[in-house]
Amino acid sequence: MSSPETSPYKDSEASPHGETRATEWPLWEIFIRGQHGLSHRHVGSLHAPDAEMAIKNARDVYTRRNEGVSIWAVEASDIAASSPEEKGALYEPANDKVYRHPTFFDIPDEVGAM
Amino acid sequence: MNTPLFEFLCRMGDNTLVLGHRVSEWCGVAPVLEEDIALANTALDLIGQTQLWLGMAGEVEGKDRDADKLAFHRDVWDFRNTLLCEQPNGDFGQTMMRQFLFDTWHLIMLKALAGSSNEQIAAIAEKSVKEVTYHQERSADTVIGLGDGTEESHMRMQKALDKLWPYVGELFIGDEVDAAMVEQGIAPDPASLRTTFDSQLDAVLAEATLTKPADDFAHKGGKTGARHTEHLGHMLTQMQWLQRAYPDASW
Repeated sequence: MSSPETSPYKDSEASPHGETRATEWPLWEIFIRGQHGLSHRHVGSLHAPDAEMAIKNARDVYTRRNEGVSIWAVEASDIAASSPEEKGALYEPANDKVYRHPTFFDIPDEVGAM
Repeated sequence: MNTPLFEFLCRMGDNTLVLGHRVSEWCGVAPVLEEDIALANTALDLIGQTQLWLGMAGEVEGKDRDADKLAFHRDVWDFRNTLLCEQPNGDFGQTMMRQFLFDTWHLIMLKALAGSSNEQIAAIAEKSVKEVTYHQERSADTVIGLGDGTEESHMRMQKALDKLWPYVGELFIGDEVDAAMVEQGIAPDPASLRTTFDSQLDAVLAEATLTKPADDFAHKGGKTGARHTEHLGHMLTQMQWLQRAYPDASW
């Protein structure tokens, strides 16, 4: 069902891409919360005709081994993604700013693992 | 003649065994990956329930037959599943229509069995209800989606309903085994489930824009074992081939 030649994400690298093909279900990104108190994590994606079926499919594809207590499904076309071409401007400026990492503090042993 | 309780347990277990095997035939060849996994999950749920029903049947019978023996060492005439369960998969629509018709009956039946006078049966039913609630939601959704879908999918779903309808009636036909179960408070009278079934069915079919066939003719002979359709024997040659070729083979 996937269409490798295009990306369903807005503004991402594989442009231009068209609408979902008529014979293809939309792509959904699936987020699962493993336990109460944790945040939802992205686990993968799947195809489904609508939100309700996306949740059902996610239940079958991603929670077979007791992985979750809550499922979010987000239609992939609703996700705005950064483009790899912009990686220089977006990420490289952080490379030489080592002082942003808290590595210059001496942490007392009593504190334990952080 | 087997005891009515043994017969009843075989009927429950053979329904889930035969349908579970049928559904598992989609493994790897379903139309989309998501449905493939969902069908495999359903099949596994049904096979899991089979282990409980047939396991209990073996205990009740007391002839040293466990669930595996009952599943793999009986031939067609000893199977007690309803004819609906053994019908071939056909296309995906037909499979989902069969699933929906069975799930809807199955869920009503299990909910009734949860109040059984037999504690073990009540416990099996209670566990199964959770699984089957999901099966029924999923198959009903799919029947609605495909029925009220494109011209092609609508046509296929109506065809599937017309084809499978004559096998629905058997689910509600009682006999002396059922009468014995009712008398002991073990299981409900099959006919008593029909009203709930019909109202749930009608609601889904209306949403799916499908028409229930007017003719209520019902094939029977599956749950009594008197006359299965020709499909079951063929299915068993696949399902049982290993035990037939290598009797009592184990890992």
